[in-house]
Amino acid sequence: MPIHEKSLIRKENLIRNEKLALEGVDVSGDWSTFIGTRVITDYNEALEGEIAALPGGEHIHRCWQCGSCTNSCTVNAINPEFNPRYWIYLIRLGLEEELLRDKDIIWQCVSCNKCTYACPRDVVPEGVMKATAHWLELKGHTRPSSSTIFDEEFSGQVFAKGKIEEGRLMRKFFARTGQKLAQPWLVAIIRGLVARMPAGLLTRLGLAALIHPRTRDWGRTRDAINEYVIDQHARQRRALGLAVTPTERHG
Amino acid sequence: MSDKYRKVAYYPGCALEGTGHAYNRSTKEVGKALGLELVELQNWNCCGAMEVKNVDPKLQTFLSARNLKIAEDMGFDTVMAPCNGCYHNLKKAEYDLSHDAASRATVEQLSAKSGATAYQAGHVSTIHALDWIRDAIGTEELGKRVKNSLNGLKIANYYGCMYTRPRHIFPEKDQGAGSESTSKPHFMDDLLAAAGAVNVEYPLKTACCGGAHTLSDSDTSTRLVLNLLTTAEACGADVIATECPTCHSGLEMHQMRAEKVFGKKTTVKILYFTQLLGMALGLSARRVGVHENFSDARDLLKARGLG
Repeated sequence: MPIHEKSLIRKENLIRNEKLALEGVDVSGDWSTFIGTRVITDYNEALEGEIAALPGGEHIHRCWQCGSCTNSCTVNAINPEFNPRYWIYLIRLGLEEELLRDKDIIWQCVSCNKCTYACPRDVVPEGVMKATAHWLELKGHTRPSSSTIFDEEFSGQVFAKGKIEEGRLMRKFFARTGQKLAQPWLVAIIRGLVARMPAGLLTRLGLAALIHPRTRDWGRTRDAINEYVIDQHARQRRALGLAVTPTERHG
Repeated sequence: MSDKYRKVAYYPGCALEGTGHAYNRSTKEVGKALGLELVELQNWNCCGAMEVKNVDPKLQTFLSARNLKIAEDMGFDTVMAPCNGCYHNLKKAEYDLSHDAASRATVEQLSAKSGATAYQAGHVSTIHALDWIRDAIGTEELGKRVKNSLNGLKIANYYGCMYTRPRHIFPEKDQGAGSESTSKPHFMDDLLAAAGAVNVEYPLKTACCGGAHTLSDSDTSTRLVLNLLTTAEACGADVIATECPTCHSGLEMHQMRAEKVFGKKTTVKILYFTQLLGMALGLSARRVGVHENFSDARDLLKARGLG
């Protein structure tokens, strides 16, 4: 059965008569399992346009459902529910409710770009996954994923200073996502490193954590970037019919 | 050997100043040993990695364009980036600026507001550390310069995602004999074979390590990395050679995480290809920063008479 019809055979959509005779023939149980009649009235006709208005989603209309994206997908190989082709199909038809069933896994795209490599229509499915994950968050269907939080922390450092410092990034990310920094595997790595590393390098890394590495004369660039980010954020919210809220500045 | 790439602009990027420090060190040491000159970009900024692209792809183009402009202003027509992420982003910026008017407009606008002149496509080409050594020295000459052969060390060459995908930003690849392949890359294989290694047939050369979510979706990354590690071992590799700091530290971190969290221990070692080349050129393991790696390969290297 094609992926598009998979929802039809979900348990709740099947009708099974335990006792049924048709024209004198007993068709009880499995012989009497039917797909329930379904009438879809709740199309969200704006859905495809909204995804296309977000960065990465621009080319979703090109898709002709060949399935190359899902076939090549890294995440699909470890979780069959992760199905870019299906989500593109749902978005283009405006089947929002069906899309929302998978809202908590769409952000898990690892951006390996195998789909983009395989796609014969230049849909850039990787971009569509990012746009869809953003859409879910902007619309309030999901809370910011840990990936979004990481992107914010990382980009915030770049916007403010021009460079990132990995130690600080890790600490801030772990704090914001409520994870302990002292993960057993991380502790083991750091112990090993400290045992082997020359003191000079450790001091250097320690200093980098204290004195944030930065690009010189970054001020005007920082301001230009912040202004741009605020503009884009407002543009995206308008495209989705959402109220425009002031955005926090970086730096 | 030619004069091509004898002296190029060098863009290390943020990771090479942090967790990928051993890659930075070994790249510079290999350059020195081969008589190649690297001139670091003055006052460079982060390429934006995957994260800024997720916030806004055109912003990432701007960040990379700024770095390309620095290379141009320093008088270079070539910039070498050893990090796959940086390399990818510089290539992508070049592509977008030549093909997309909206990207050009954003870069113009942001550059003007920053008080700088915008980079125009076509002035600086970006190469990877693999292109650099291969084109400046060549495998034949490299073979002649080997002082301490890798002597049959079995290597799985791991290239990751950003070096080959998406294909359109790498117009010089897939151009027939002598060019790099996006489906089955071989530049690293060629260099390490010239240094005396035996490359195993590794089917996951361009598979994904989950680097984009190495911390934000750790279980997925650990599963992907574990697959890379166990497959390398099944192929008979002693070492996985890497050419990207994100892949490299991802492989090392999740090798440890797989052991501590999932109870799956693997023993294959992970080394930057520049560390392996450096040792083949007669540099000590310490000189190429083997002690800075998370996974400790010193015993293996000692047993093989390397470093």
